[in-house]
Amino acid sequence: MSDKPARGSLIGDGLAQIGALGLFLLQVLAAVPRSLRYFAETVRQVFFVGAMSLVIIMTCGLFIGLVLGLQLYDVLSRFGSTASVGTVVAIALYRELGPVVTALLFAGRAGTSITAEIGLMRATDQLAAMEMMAVDPLAYVVAPRFLAGIIAMPLLASIFNALAILGSHAVAVSWLGLDNGTFWSNMTGAVDVWTDVMNGVWKSAVFGGVVTLVATFQGYSTAPTSEGVAYATTRTVVYSSILTLAIDFLMTAFLM
Amino acid sequence: MSEVSPASTDALVRIRGLHTRLGAKVIFDGVDLDIPRGRVTAVMGPSGTGKTTLLRHITGQLVPDAGEIVVDGQNLARLDRDGLFELRERIGYLFQNSALLTDFSVFENVAFPLRQHARLPEELIRNIVLPKLQAVGLRGAADLMPAELSGGMARRVALARAIVRDPMLLIYDEPFVGLDPIALNQVLKLIRVLNQTLGLTSIVVAHELSAVRRVADHIYLLAAGKIAAHGAPDELVRGDTDWTRQFFGGEADGPVPFHYPARDYAADLGFAQVKA
Repeated sequence: MSDKPARGSLIGDGLAQIGALGLFLLQVLAAVPRSLRYFAETVRQVFFVGAMSLVIIMTCGLFIGLVLGLQLYDVLSRFGSTASVGTVVAIALYRELGPVVTALLFAGRAGTSITAEIGLMRATDQLAAMEMMAVDPLAYVVAPRFLAGIIAMPLLASIFNALAILGSHAVAVSWLGLDNGTFWSNMTGAVDVWTDVMNGVWKSAVFGGVVTLVATFQGYSTAPTSEGVAYATTRTVVYSSILTLAIDFLMTAFLM
Repeated sequence: MSEVSPASTDALVRIRGLHTRLGAKVIFDGVDLDIPRGRVTAVMGPSGTGKTTLLRHITGQLVPDAGEIVVDGQNLARLDRDGLFELRERIGYLFQNSALLTDFSVFENVAFPLRQHARLPEELIRNIVLPKLQAVGLRGAADLMPAELSGGMARRVALARAIVRDPMLLIYDEPFVGLDPIALNQVLKLIRVLNQTLGLTSIVVAHELSAVRRVADHIYLLAAGKIAAHGAPDELVRGDTDWTRQFFGGEADGPVPFHYPARDYAADLGFAQVKA
C-alpha cells in the first residue's frame, strides 16, 4: 500500500475545499444573528479591516487614476474623443476596476491579517478556550470579521474610486489641458447612479464577504503550526483573488 | 479493569463503556471511570494515551464512537449546543498553554467570561475579578498584557479566569508542565486550596507523579485504551502490575516499549539483501 496521494486527488481536494467553504458559509450565516450581541466587536473589526486599509487603498487608487488618465487621454486623442476621458474613467472604475482592485488589495492587506490572527488563535488554543467558556468563536470571532468585510469593502471601493477619479482629473485637466467643465459634465451626464455606481457597490459588498469568508475559513481550519499558518495565509490571497475574479465575471453577466 | 471507584454513587462525572478511535488508532477501548464530587482526581498515563482526549469527551468537545458520559446527571449525548454551552458555563478549564486572549489585559482576560454571559455593572465585575486575581496572587498584575507574563504567572491568570464564575468542576490539563519549582508549588497549593475553599471537584491530567501525589485523592492510570489501575496515590504507587511498575517506577522498557514499532532491523540496514 502506498502513502502517495491517489491520482486525481488534486481535483478531489479542490472540490472538498469548496464544499467545506460552503458549509463554513452556512455556519457563519447561522452565527450572524448571535454575533449581533457582540456589535462592538464588529465595529472594532470595521476599524481594523477598513480604516487600517485606507492608506494602501488611497495610494493605489490615486496611482491607478493617474495611469488611467494618461493612457485614456493618449488613446482617445487618436479618435478626437479626449472629452470622454472622465466618462470612461468613471464607468471603468465604478463597474469593474474599483471593486475588483480594491478586493485584491483588501485580500492582501486585511485578508492575510485575519487569517494569521485567527490561525494563531487556533494554534494557541484561544478558540478552544472560548468554546470552553461557552462563547461561540463563530459568533464572537468569525461573524464580526465577515460582517466588517461586507460593510468596509463598499466604503473602501468608493474611496478608491474617488481618489482614482481625482488622479485622472489631475493628469487630464491639470497636466494635459482638458477642459475642467467637459471632464465633469460628460462624466456626470453618462454615469448612472443605479446601473453604474450601485453595480459597483453590490459587487464590492459581495467581494468583501468573499475575502473575509476565505480568510476566516483558512484561519479557522489551519493546522496549528507556524508552517500551517504560513500556508493558510498564502491560500487566503490565492483563493480569495481567484474567487473574486470568478464571481466578478458571474455578477457582471447577471447585472449587465 | 472494569470496576470503578468506590465513590461512584456520588460521581460528578460518570463514564461507561467509552470507545474512541482517532483515524486508525484506538484511543479508548471500553473505559469506565467515575470522578467523585468534592475530590481531586488525577488521570495519568504514558504520552499519547488519550488523557487530553478524555477531557475533550468530558467537556463535549469530542463525541465518542460509543459509550455514555454523564456530567452532573446530564448525558452529554442528549444535550444540544445550547445545553452543552450551559453545562460548560459551570466548568472551568485550564489549558496546558494557558490560552489567554492575547489582545486583552490580565484583568480583561479574567473578566471575559463574565462580560460574555451577563450585562453586569463595571463595579460588580471589578468586585468579582479582583478577589479572583488576589486568590492567585496576581491582583498587582491586573493591567499587564499576557506577553508580559512568565509561564507560571500566565497559568495562574488562566486559573483565575477558570474560577471566575465559581464552577462546579475544574479541569487542569497538564498544569505543571514547564514550571520552575516555585511556580510548581504555587500551582499545587492553589489546586488544593481552591478545591477545599470553593467546594470544587477537580480533574488533573499530569505526568509528574511527585506533584500529583501531593494534590490527588484518587488516581486513574490510563494505558492501552483502558484503565490499567486506579486507587489512592500511595496504594497505586505500590501496585505490582506491569503498568504501575513501569509508569510509577519510570522504567524505560515495559508494556510501553522503548522502540517504536519498526520492521526488521537487519532488513532495514540491508544485511538481508547482502546475504541474498
